[in-house]
This record gives sequence, C-alpha cells and structure tokens, in this order.
Amino acid sequence: MKYAYYPGCSLKASGKAFEESLLAVCSALEIELAELDDWNCCGATAYMAVDETKGAALASRNLALAEQTGLDMAVPCAGCYGVLLKAQAMQRKYPRLADQVSVGLKAGGLTYGGRVRVKHPLEILAMDFGTKAFRSRVKVPLKGLRVACYYGCRLVRPESPFDDSHDPVTMDNLLKSVGARIVDYTLKSKCCGGSLTGTIPEVGQNLCYQLLKEAQRREADVVATACPLCQFNLECYQKDIARKYTDLKPIPVVYFTQLLGASLGLDPVALGFPRLIVPIEPILRERGIMAKAGTEPAKAGV
Amino acid sequence: MGSIQREIRLESDRDPGFADEIRSMPGCEHLDRCIQCATCSGVCPLSVYMDHTPRRIMELTRDGFKDDVLRSNTIWLCASCYECQAECPMEVGVTDVMVALKNKAIASGVAPKDVPTPVLAREFFRMVRETGRVSEGKLVQRLYLKTGPAKFFGMIGLGRDLMRTGRFSLRSERMKRPEDLQRVLDGTPGVGK
Amino acid sequence: MEHEVHTNGKEEVRIGFYICHCGSNIGGTIDVAAVADYVRTLPGVVVSKDYKYMCSNAGQDMIVEDIEINRLNRIVVAACSPLLHEKTFRSATHKGGINPFFFHMVNIREHGSWVHEDKALATEKAKAVARGAVGRVRFHKALEKRKEPVTQSVLIVGGGIAGIQAAQTLSNAGKKVYLVEREPTIGGHMALFDKTFPTLDCAACILTPKMTDIGSDPNITLWSYAEVVDVKGYVGNFTAQIRHKPRYIKEDLCVGCLDCIDNCVFKQGNTDDEFNQSLSKRKPVYIPFPQAVPKLVVIDPEACTHLNGGKCEQSCATACERDAIDFNQKESFDDIEVGTVIVTTGFKTFDAARKPLYGYGRYDNVYTALEVERLVTSSGPTGGEVVLRDGRRPKTVAIVHCVGSRDHQTNRWCSRVCCMYSLKLAHLIKEHTGAEVFNFYIDMRCAGKGYEEFYERLLEEGNRFVRGRVAEVTDVPVSAEEEGKLVVKVEDSLAGFVRRIPVDMVVLSTGLEPRQDASNVRRMFNISCSSEGFFLERHPKLAPISTTTDGVFIAGCCQGPKDIPDTVAQAGFAAGEAMALLDKGFVEMEPMTSFVNEELCSGCKTCIGLCPFSAITRDDAKEVAVINPVLCKGCGVCVAACPSGAITQNLFEDCEIFAEIEEVLAHA
Repeated sequence: MKYAYYPGCSLKASGKAFEESLLAVCSALEIELAELDDWNCCGATAYMAVDETKGAALASRNLALAEQTGLDMAVPCAGCYGVLLKAQAMQRKYPRLADQVSVGLKAGGLTYGGRVRVKHPLEILAMDFGTKAFRSRVKVPLKGLRVACYYGCRLVRPESPFDDSHDPVTMDNLLKSVGARIVDYTLKSKCCGGSLTGTIPEVGQNLCYQLLKEAQRREADVVATACPLCQFNLECYQKDIARKYTDLKPIPVVYFTQLLGASLGLDPVALGFPRLIVPIEPILRERGIMAKAGTEPAKAGV
Repeated sequence: MGSIQREIRLESDRDPGFADEIRSMPGCEHLDRCIQCATCSGVCPLSVYMDHTPRRIMELTRDGFKDDVLRSNTIWLCASCYECQAECPMEVGVTDVMVALKNKAIASGVAPKDVPTPVLAREFFRMVRETGRVSEGKLVQRLYLKTGPAKFFGMIGLGRDLMRTGRFSLRSERMKRPEDLQRVLDGTPGVGK
Repeated sequence: MEHEVHTNGKEEVRIGFYICHCGSNIGGTIDVAAVADYVRTLPGVVVSKDYKYMCSNAGQDMIVEDIEINRLNRIVVAACSPLLHEKTFRSATHKGGINPFFFHMVNIREHGSWVHEDKALATEKAKAVARGAVGRVRFHKALEKRKEPVTQSVLIVGGGIAGIQAAQTLSNAGKKVYLVEREPTIGGHMALFDKTFPTLDCAACILTPKMTDIGSDPNITLWSYAEVVDVKGYVGNFTAQIRHKPRYIKEDLCVGCLDCIDNCVFKQGNTDDEFNQSLSKRKPVYIPFPQAVPKLVVIDPEACTHLNGGKCEQSCATACERDAIDFNQKESFDDIEVGTVIVTTGFKTFDAARKPLYGYGRYDNVYTALEVERLVTSSGPTGGEVVLRDGRRPKTVAIVHCVGSRDHQTNRWCSRVCCMYSLKLAHLIKEHTGAEVFNFYIDMRCAGKGYEEFYERLLEEGNRFVRGRVAEVTDVPVSAEEEGKLVVKVEDSLAGFVRRIPVDMVVLSTGLEPRQDASNVRRMFNISCSSEGFFLERHPKLAPISTTTDGVFIAGCCQGPKDIPDTVAQAGFAAGEAMALLDKGFVEMEPMTSFVNEELCSGCKTCIGLCPFSAITRDDAKEVAVINPVLCKGCGVCVAACPSGAITQNLFEDCEIFAEIEEVLAHA
C-alpha cells in the first residue's frame, strides 16, 4: 500500500507528534507514505476567507501534484483534508470556478483532472488496511483505557466520504478494536473553535472547556483527536482554560495514531509522546499498558 | 438611555444586487430556500456571541441589507465548522455563504480592523504567497503585532511549553520553489496579491 | 370553393380540421389562423377553422354541425393534450353521427406553445404536426368499444380508519366487501390514539363502535392477520389471492374469552408489545388490545416457547374449553373475485433515530409522539399516567415539531398532522401532569375547521411556544440548572437569540411517510407512486382517489399525509367511485388493442414473454399467438417485437403511422 502523503504546515510544526506517530504506525504496517514534492499550504479557512477562487487554485495545486503520482492522497490534518475535499467538490459543481482554477494551474505548468482520492489516515487504517487486519497486529491492547474520541468538524463536515457526518464512528471502532474503552462522547464532532481559540481566546477557549469538561464528566482518561488544530486547542490551552474554569483537571489529549502506535508496541519517542504538554505516560502506566519501571520521559527532539 | 437611532429599514437601505452577487458564489445558490427555521443558529457553537445569528444573516443577505451584513461580527466569529451547513434541512450552504460574505467584506474594506480574525486572514494570505507555506510562529508574531502586543505576554507560558516540547519555532517553513506556487496564484483570476 | 375529391382507396375522405386558441395559451405563441389557412390547402380537407375554446359547448357544436352540413367523415383537432380532451372531441365526433375513432387529436399546447418561445418556429411545427394528423386520419377505421360486466364486490386493502369507512359505506349500499388487514386487529393508527384534535373526542369512543360493526356486518368479509399476495385482471374483473398467516387459533372456535392468555406459562409479558410502542411487554399469546376486532387471540411464534421448539406444558391449550388452539396451523390462501379495489394501506411514522442530534434511542427521556399517545391513554401501559421511564412525573416537557419533515435530508414534505397532534399532546400532558410544556415549531400550520381556535386555546392555557427548529437535544450541562436534565438548544427566532432550555421529557413529533413496502403494493396493483413514495392520484384536483389503473382507488395516508377528517372524506369518496362502477354494471374497454394475423404468425412466442399484462397466450393447436383483448392495454410492445410483423394494433396501424410520419416530414 502506497499513498501520496500531504502533511500540511501544522504537521511540520506544532503537530509534529501527529506526523511522527503516523509515520511510525504506517511504517510498522508497511504502508508507504511518499511525501509530495514541494507541496504548498492548503490555504485553510483563512485563505478562502480572502479569496475563494484563489483558495481553490492553491489547494488544487497539491491535488494536481498528487494526481501526477497516480496514488491516493493521505491527508492527516483535518483542516487540510476538509479544504482539499471542498476544492474538489467546488470544481465538480461549478464549471466556471473549475475553469478559473485550471487557468491558474496552467500558468504554473500543471493540470488537474479531478481524479485524486483524498483520504484521511482514519479511513486508510480502518477501511483500506482494515480494522480486523489492524487488530491482528496489536501487541499491547489498550485494555481499560477510557478514550473520548474527538473528531472535530472538518473531518466529517459538510459531508464525509467514509463516515456519518452527524454521528461519526470510525475512530471509536478502530480504538475499540485495539482494546480501548470508548466513552459516550456526544460532543465528538462539535467545534473546538479552530483558529478563533488563538485569535479570540475568550470565545474559543470556552468551547474547548466544554469539550474537555464533558470528557472529564464521562471519566475519560484521554481525548483522542485526528486534527493538529483540535489537538493544539485542547491540549496547549489547557492551563489557560483551567485558570478560568477551575473545575477542570488536566487530561491528556493525543492523536489517535499515538494510541494506535502504543497498541502496536512502538517506541514512545517515535510516537511523539515527549511532545505532549499533558503527558500520557502516567495513565498508560496506571492502566498497565506501559511498563511501570520506566525511566523519566524522554526529551523531545527539535 | 443611550442615543436613540432609527431602527426601521427603508427600501433605500437595501442593495438589491448584493443578494445576486452572493447567490452567484460557490455553495450559495440555495440561499432563497431558507425557511428561517433557525437550525443554523441553534447548532452554531458561536452564535451565542454573534450580533446577528446565522439565521438573521441569511435573511439580511437575501434581502440585500449589505451594510448590516458586512459590518456584522457574525462572519468573523464563524469558525467554518460547517455544523450549520450539515444540519440545514433545506440544504442552504450556510457556511459557504459566510465564506462568500468574508470575501466581500475584505474586498470592500469594511472588515473591522480591530477584530483579529480578518487580520489573521490577510496575514495568512500574504504569507502563503511569499513562502508557499505557513510558519505558525511567524504568523502568531505578526498577528499580535497588529492586534495588540499586550496579548503576546499572556502567551509566554504557552510559548515556553511549546519550546520545551519542540513544537514551536520561529524558523520559516517554506517551499523550495515558492515561485512555482506564485505563478499559479497570479494566474488565477481574483483579488490582488 | 370547389373541393377536389380525395379518397383513401375505399371512400371519399372529407376531413374537418379545428385548431384551438386555448385563450392565449396556444394563440399567444402559435399563429392559429395561419395554421388553419395552411391545413385548408391540404388534400381531403373540407373544413378548416380556428376557434377560441374548442372544448367549449360552442366549439363542440361546431364539429357536430360541420359533420352534418359538409358530410365530414374525418375530424382532426389541434389543441391541448389528448389526456385532457380526447374524450370530449371523440364524443362530439360521435354526436355528429360518425364513428368516434374517425377522429385524431394533435397536441400543440404541451408539445408546442408551452415549450417554445419562437413564434414563427412554433407555428411551423404546429403546421407540420397538423399535416401529419390529416395524413393519418384518412386511414382510420371504425372501431367499437367492448363491454364487460363488473363483478359485484370490492376488495379493500388495509383496515385503518380509511378502510373501515370505505367498507361501511359500501356495505350500507348493500355491496359485498372483502376487508383485508395485515395486523391481528383492524383500527390502524387511530386505535392507538387517546383523543382526537381539535375537539378532544375520545378516539376509542368514536372508532371502536365502527370496528365492532365491521366485525358483525354480513356484507363484509373481514380477514385480519392476512395479506393480499397477488392481483390479476382489470377493472370490473379482478382476481386476488389472500394469504392468511397462521394465528395458531381456530378462528371459528375462539370466542375471545382470553382464558388462554391468563393461563400462559409466562405470568408476565416476555416480548415487546407493539401496540404500546414497546413501552410494555406482552405474552406470546395475546390480543392487541381489549376492543380488538376480530376479537381473536394470536400466538406469536417468535415469543412462544412451544412454537420455538422449547419445552412447554402448553397450559394455554389446556385452559381453552373449546379446543381452539392449534399449534399445527399453517398459512392458508383464499382466491377472490372483485370488481374494484380500494387501497388504504396507510403510513408509517418517521424513524426518529434518523435525526441523531435529537437523541432518540440515546436518552431514555426522549420519546416519539406515538409513544406519548400511548402514555396519555387510560388503557395504555401506564394507565394514562404520563411518567418517565424511571417513574418520575415530568415537570417540564419539550415537544419538538417537524421531526423528519420539511427536511431535505429526510422527508421534504410537511406531514400536515404534526402541528395539531402536538397541540393535542401538549394539552393532554399539561392536563395529566401540570407540567410546563414547550412547543418548538418552525411554522404553526393549523388550517382546518376549529384548528386555529384550538391553537388559541392552547396559548391561553399557558403553553409555551418557541419559534425555532430544535437544533439539538443534549445531556451535557453548561450550568447548574441543566444538571440531570435534557437540554433543548434552539434559537428563539422571534426573540432573536439562542436559548438552552432544560426539560425532563422530550417528545419528538415525527412525520408521516410511506410504508416500507409501498413499492411492492404499488407493483401488485399496478399503480404509481410520486417521487417520495406515496401512491399517486390520477389528478391532484379532480381525481384525487383514482389511480392510473382503472378500478383501483386509493384513500387515506397511503396517498399522502392527512388527518382523520380528510381520510374519512377520501374513503367515502373512494367508496362512492367504487359503487358507481358496480352500479353501472359494465365497463367499456378501449378498442386500441392488438390482434394477430394468424397467417403471418410463426408461433415463435417472442411476444408472450414481453407482454407486461400477460395478455398473450399461444394456441398450440394452431401454433399461433392469441391476444386477449380484455387484458391488452394497447402498449404496442408486441407489435414492435414481432419478427414476422404479424401483430397489428388498432389506431396504430402501419399505414396510419407511416402516413403521419411522411406528412410531417413533407412539411419540413
């Protein structure tokens, strides 16, 4: 299995642990992720806000590059994933826009024929590789670990090619299959505030608080995410949030690939555990998933 | 009691062409289907902070109250989470309309200068053209310089955490050949650089 | 003007041509006078006129008079669709004294003026098709309609209030009725209700006497727990096969004493009681409800230990003094002959779990309206107490309108009854519990006699109305007042802000939709469905209970969502139409059927398998195909398929069709 890998900007910075854990898991499963040569930013919602047409062209340059490889595209960042799907949908539906995009691509010596399948690693692991096949590779079942699966918005909305956009279950099923206990988490696809959590903290952080509070109320040990922005908002602002909302206790927020990697028995450093601000090791030790006799958490590389 | 203003709207307050402009943009063609059921406002995680709820924005837009709409804080509080669009029973592209309105607000220069969201959007737009990618650290830096350096200090703790875990860098993340992308962007019809 | 004599080889052809303005519908786009002038020049045309409204009495009289004065023997009218007025002009032709099939109609409205903008081109097209008609009509032959007697009985499919009403009306007129119901009892959805809006009549008090009357009516053969499995034939002469599911009770012996139920080895119910919307349990041997008609018990083979091959002392059978229990009963069949059919198969309610944000199935205290109907009924699972699953009495209740209705993601239509039944339930819940009741609505649709007044009454009773479609029902609290409650999140669109309202109970006013097997029923009775799956009436205004198949009528919610008064009115209408057919005593069959030229037929059977109406058989002695003109609907499939060209269809003979094509092309 081989995919054209589009990391997106965040996975090279604050979301490094997502890239590290994803690559580690895929390499353990012999899924090849070949990074697209000289990809560009997808544009995110911010670029589209200024100019939708140019935004579509920006995203489509990556689609055009992927199309040249003849491979399906692996897009871990839910924000990029949503934007790329949107760029595709817009071109299918609006021929005028598609024409404008192809004029732009042509200026850059590219064409896009609309044939690329954009896939999120959740879909790749649960459907392409298969939940059953994955289960057979598990070395350390996540027994007893209570997980709140948090999908966020763009992974499943406005529509999802692989899951129910109102009540997604792919991550639940995948993590359940490696032994985790999935808590009933109805906020699973509510918004984390996106970039608003940084720009207008009083607004965005309240949303994050509600998400974390509910995970805590459901007695989750950990929140699993599938998006670097969700992970950032829920984890990195936790201290700020807890200052305002004092009933909030620290809760680790990880990428689902980090948990999957742990179940495969992969090295915690390779899975980016040292990059977590709220460490996951204590709860993994408490649940007997990680050896108690561990040394100090390893230092993160820069 | 504060100053009293005229709240009634006259036909001369409307810009009848405005709704047509929006309707012609991607995802906005079903604007007129809206039955004002208010599902969008109800599911919106941010409607609690908005001066006009998304439902009202739909109504004001299709009736051409351009000024009310473009000066509203609603479009800049929209996080594009698409919940309104996914739940709309009439399949109105509510989020897509919001995106279209953001485009119009920025193009016509009425986007508020002190709200960080449009500032972020413009900075983002500029940075992508320059380097082809977004450097999170640099973007945050530029944003705080424009909207209030004081806030920056509130983030010192966070910055330290990110440094410690190797997740923050002021080093510029960039394409090898940003000019490849610039040719595409400059070749696409739309607003300026 | 001297008229040139024109013949078709047998007789002199004298054609009258008439073109209709249809007000400005046709005249506004097509130059009708020019068309008339043009047609007048064609061979055989004796009269060519244009007129404002050909379908009016004056228009028809013109045809009648012209036939007489000008000795016309062929008529062509260019006007609207033949669906609308072919019959009108055929009868005018007949009135003029010539065979009605010496007439042909051209559609220049739906196929002309309404779909073209270029006037000159539309006029030219009208000339071409008119010339085609003139060319073909000269070859028309005199045809006669066949008459067939009508079997004097009616099959009614579905024993809800629609079927009950239609059966009673027909029986009152002395007609023989077969009423077939799938469930063990008749009564349908209405039997589930406590009260009816807006008068708050007790539903059982008005329904059960009717049910009892049906059960004892000598004109009505009531078959419950039975299904129609096959229908053949045509208007006036249908045959139907009915399958009786085994009740495991000898119906002629059971008197409904219920001793078997009392003596079942299960002292408590062991399976969900469908009648109570699964809010209670019932035993494997049961009667749906005390007033069930027929009052016969049923044994549920899924729940019964003995029928599942388990060990059971069969105390029910021992208890029955009349030895009515028969565990060996098998399904059985009846074949019946009827003149007409009325389909009253009803609806199903929307599955609330399809709107996950409303939490049905996730939260215990989210109910469907039908469940609450059972809770407020004194004969229901709680004896009329409105209590939650944990036994508490709700202090605040939210009624969510439009669940599954007015929604492109589920059903686009308005289900029509939900506003009113929500008001009824609000009233009843408040009456039973004193709770504060919120109604969340998009629009209040209270159109009906006494309906708006009922809404006003609810407003005055202190019920709360919030205009906004509920976005979400959640158990995630954001404040102390929400702890342990369900929270309704909604924009109060009249106030203009979002509200979160904590409640104890949520009632989902689910909409009405076609039954799951509606498409099977549709195929069996050869009727049509509209896109959403409700059965399609022949005309939305003027033939609302007729279908595209003569002799098959529809009534009630299988045709579309409607309330009880409308259902009853429709059922009566359907009964009236059925009666009109029966009392007329015969049906006239259209003559445009196909027939076989035995000399050309090779007996290859190609046509037999293709005929959608099973009208063709093979005469093995003569080795030729035989078409039953009574079953033939004139679709023409066999004509086109016959490799020997041995089949001809009346009114669509080769000479007629080729003449039409040639003349149309000659103009172009």
